[in-house]
Amino acid sequence: MNTKDALIKYCTRLADNNLILGQRLAEWCSRGPILEEDLAMTNISLDLFGEAESIYEYISTLTDNHLSADDIAFLRSEREYSNTLLVELPNGDFAYTMAKQFLYASFAKLLYTSLLNSNDETLKGLSEKALKEVKYHIRHSSEWLIRFGNGTSESKTRVQNALNDIWKYTDDMFEMDEVDNELISTGIAFDLKDIYTQWNFSVSEILKEAKLTKPSNGLSIKGGYKGIHTEHLGHILTEMQYLQRAHPGAKW
Amino acid sequence: MNEEQKLNQFQARIDADEKIEPRDWMPDGYRKTLIRQMSQHAHSEVIGMQPEGNWVLRAPSLRAKKILLAKIQDEGGHGLYLYSATETLGIDRTEMIEQLQQGNAKYSSVFNYPTLNWADIGAIGWLVDGAAIVNQTMLAKCSYGPYSRAMLRICKEEGFHQRQGYEIMGKMMTGTQAQREMAQDAMNRWWWPALMMFGPHDSESAHSQESMKWKIKVESNDKLRQRFVNRTVEQAHHIGLTVPDPLLSYNKETLNWSFGPINWDEFWSIVKGNGPCNEQRMSHHIKYHNEGAWVREAALAFEENLTKKQTVSI
Ligand SMILES: [Fe+2]
Ligand SMILES: [Fe+2]
Repeated sequence: MNTKDALIKYCTRLADNNLILGQRLAEWCSRGPILEEDLAMTNISLDLFGEAESIYEYISTLTDNHLSADDIAFLRSEREYSNTLLVELPNGDFAYTMAKQFLYASFAKLLYTSLLNSNDETLKGLSEKALKEVKYHIRHSSEWLIRFGNGTSESKTRVQNALNDIWKYTDDMFEMDEVDNELISTGIAFDLKDIYTQWNFSVSEILKEAKLTKPSNGLSIKGGYKGIHTEHLGHILTEMQYLQRAHPGAKW
Repeated sequence: MNEEQKLNQFQARIDADEKIEPRDWMPDGYRKTLIRQMSQHAHSEVIGMQPEGNWVLRAPSLRAKKILLAKIQDEGGHGLYLYSATETLGIDRTEMIEQLQQGNAKYSSVFNYPTLNWADIGAIGWLVDGAAIVNQTMLAKCSYGPYSRAMLRICKEEGFHQRQGYEIMGKMMTGTQAQREMAQDAMNRWWWPALMMFGPHDSESAHSQESMKWKIKVESNDKLRQRFVNRTVEQAHHIGLTVPDPLLSYNKETLNWSFGPINWDEFWSIVKGNGPCNEQRMSHHIKYHNEGAWVREAALAFEENLTKKQTVSI
């Protein structure tokens, strides 16, 4: 695989992660457990859409098919989205959403941190900006995990169940293939195995503080980067793409 | 000082355009009216998140999605800000929310209409926020300090809300046939509800007179409504939208757009709870409030456990 194709694929994974997680979080709009949290979740969602947009814009400059950021975001089919599986999982209750948020944001933070050393200036710049936001996302979700783990027995049970359920999708974030190999060899991206080690450590620290048990690695479900998704993604897209599909070519 | 002297002194301060602050003496009626009006205002901001939230997941571009999310967030923020301004009058947010959910406090009836296509998001921003600006600019001059200051702050954001709504409408009017039809359809459905937002005619408004005397209101419903119509009709024409009122005409003498009769039966029926979305809005609010109960309990328990620990370690 040549470097440019690899870069496009890599950026698409990153952008799709942001887009799909942003869409999931936006589902909480007017449904939060308390008004402040309603706003916090849509605020994070807004950050994620902003990050997605910048990355799609970059992708659109890399390709010569004249697709805009919006075309890329809204006009692909299921198999063409390459987000990691975790971000497309349904929200569940607030504990489930916070657990998802925490596990993903902890990954994103380390990934963006590594990309600060990227040879690709744009990717480096995007990561710098995203990093500021993702630090807040981690703080927000980890604080809730700690509250739940040290709150009531109900909250502890809920968040532990959520972690147990989500855990099987976490390996998928660290999957590598020829895209990564190409970009590692050119100094654009970095080995996800190293990121996994750090992720494992920082997640364990928070779980300890939250008095929660880290689930054991058993079943693991993978495929997001290759476009092999859960059944949930198709429904997300159906809703998200409704206007673009119903009115092809329309400007809004 | 006896009650009457206090009352006279209070009225004198109002007449001198002084602001009343939370610690100042105020008549019970003044406090009650403000609690009713300000909590209703706060609830409106929050309930208004539902009809707009209905389109967040289906927004047609990344930019549109971001703008809508930011706008809804602003509204939630207005809600928070107004709840705390109301708390200065001696009622807390939990109690206000209870009143809302038990049907003892109202929110703006305009949010009891459904958002049926993307242009409705444009129409809400342009017409509903547009009407709100006219009203809130007036309320920024009201006699109660915290309310007046809240309105000043909120008005700054409302300008952006109105512009983004008008931009949606404008873009759709230069788009495809289907887009133009959607825009006109939204205009037809939101025009009259926006006019109703200013409330009944002054002659029929239950609280108007007293509110004027206390400068909780400083201009009449009809005057504000007329100001909104004058501003908005020309904006509609500018982008090619038809105002759904066959009696609309420009009066060269008064320099006003005069408009046809408002359907007050519809207005009162919705106020009484019989609008298309009254039940939906309230059951949505109650459902998610109840589903979040365990979260609020956990947060509280966590704080308590923390204080306990701290006391032990001392
Ligand atoms: Fe508002
Ligand atoms: Fe607004």
